[in-house]
Amino acid sequence: MACSSAGIKPHGYKCMSDLLLSVEALAATYNHAIRALSGVSLTVRRGEIVALLGANGAGKSTVLKAVSNLLYAQRGQITEGQIHFDGGAVTTISSADLVRRGLVPVLEGRHCFHSLTVEENLIVGAIGRDARRSEIASDLDRIYALFPGLKQRRKSLSGFTSGGEQQMTAIGRALMSRPRLLVLDEPSMGLAPLVVESIFRTLKQLNVSEGLSILVAEQNSTVALRFADRATVLENGRTVLGGSALELRQRADIKALYLGSPSESAARVSSSSNRAVA
Amino acid sequence: MFDYQFFIEVLVGGLLSGVMYSLVAIGFVLIYKTSGVLNFAQGAMILFAALTFVSLLERGVPFPLALLATLAVMVVLGIAVERFVLRPLVNQPPITLFMATLGLSYVIEGAAQLLWGAQVHGLDLGISDTPFDVAGVLISQFDLFAAAVAGALVALFALFFRYTRTGLAFRAVADDQFAALAVGLRLPRVWAAVWTAAGIVAVVAGLLWGARLGVQFSLSLIVLKALPVLVLGGFDSIAGAIVGGLLIGAIEKLAEVYVGPFFGGGIEAWAAYVVALGFLLVRPSGLFGQKLVERV
Repeated sequence: MACSSAGIKPHGYKCMSDLLLSVEALAATYNHAIRALSGVSLTVRRGEIVALLGANGAGKSTVLKAVSNLLYAQRGQITEGQIHFDGGAVTTISSADLVRRGLVPVLEGRHCFHSLTVEENLIVGAIGRDARRSEIASDLDRIYALFPGLKQRRKSLSGFTSGGEQQMTAIGRALMSRPRLLVLDEPSMGLAPLVVESIFRTLKQLNVSEGLSILVAEQNSTVALRFADRATVLENGRTVLGGSALELRQRADIKALYLGSPSESAARVSSSSNRAVA
Repeated sequence: MFDYQFFIEVLVGGLLSGVMYSLVAIGFVLIYKTSGVLNFAQGAMILFAALTFVSLLERGVPFPLALLATLAVMVVLGIAVERFVLRPLVNQPPITLFMATLGLSYVIEGAAQLLWGAQVHGLDLGISDTPFDVAGVLISQFDLFAAAVAGALVALFALFFRYTRTGLAFRAVADDQFAALAVGLRLPRVWAAVWTAAGIVAVVAGLLWGARLGVQFSLSLIVLKALPVLVLGGFDSIAGAIVGGLLIGAIEKLAEVYVGPFFGGGIEAWAAYVVALGFLLVRPSGLFGQKLVERV
């Protein structure tokens, strides 16, 4: 099925190994009572950027936490379905081991260590995969090359840096773990459009130059669809749509229906009120 | 006429005894900061450490060996507590964890007495308690020694947290536990390290307090002395525990001497609690308690 489109790999990869992450018919609850997901499926192939779209409360964050096996820490449970990362069942691998295997999350709301400096934040990311000292130094240089703004702020307490810098710190911290699949939850949240643009551009650059696979949940579908290869749309905890990002971008009706694009709904309101006047 | 010489003597005596309170409070702060658990068993751990040490001494084990053995026992105890009591309770509400440590304190106290008996032991560290004269102010040699040991311990911890990987991981976990989990830190390991550190603090506090009061059951009640220190300094600040301890020590002694006579004396035992209560009304997070580092 998906194998043919993934292209021919020179080293004779088997078909299955192109699939880095697969989520099948996932259902999840919080406190064994509140149903957050009921039937979510998505896949991420190697070297792909996949956007997970949906309105507030659609279940994007829950899916991402389930993927990183962090749901239990917020009293959530997976009740049905399966998640596989690189052939292993995610639910049987601790979040710490997932990081070491290359699945690294960037949490919603950045979650920097506010009382640590920017550089210490980055180093904690390296400790998270048991990196050696020499590796840490070179990885730091790499992060500072990607986010030059961080280098100037490296000695500042992360809590005192701007929202954009905190997002870069959080992404940099995740990159220090040398991920193969980066799982980002709303990187655009509360940031100026220019900052969002530069962050997505850096991610795309990593994707193209190093083959980093990315799963990114976004409310800002316009930006996400511009940088993603494919997208999956959630509504009320289930998958309602999936396809190539290009295709989804051209279907304005989908945007208005599921993603609540402000310009679209405004256009609708004005057209309907025009009609009423006429 | 106000007797400054006497005032300073009382103040210095208070500050030095406050160092002893700080020692107890630091054990609390270490664990509270990283796991959000108010470890009521810290006092029982102090008793256990002191009792183990003194019993080994009495059985003819040489001093350094007894100290090492006690440290080892406390490290094992700390790791066991993390593994068998706290880890199964991860993600439970704070009150559940608090109750667990309350129960734990009785288990540890019971175990200590079962192992070593319930009689009172004297503990001589070989430091005399005779006061000596510094510019007309009498200072206890033992108090000075205790302060030096506590100071060295704090400096050691400060270096550890600043310059080691485990220390950095500790600070990360203390700052944001969920983020620490997400970046791949192994929280149980950090917690085990913290309980180990708390065990070491308990040994130091146990020996100093034991030498001062005698090693006995009531040693575990010094946790109650640590509470006003924590209220004053903040539950999550090591600096707060130190300053809070010094303040409480000074307040107790000064209150006893200068305010005591109006109440017929004996207010040293509760003056600290009154101050803590007043403090709670004005600054609930304590002097150094976490004010979130946040841009506004």
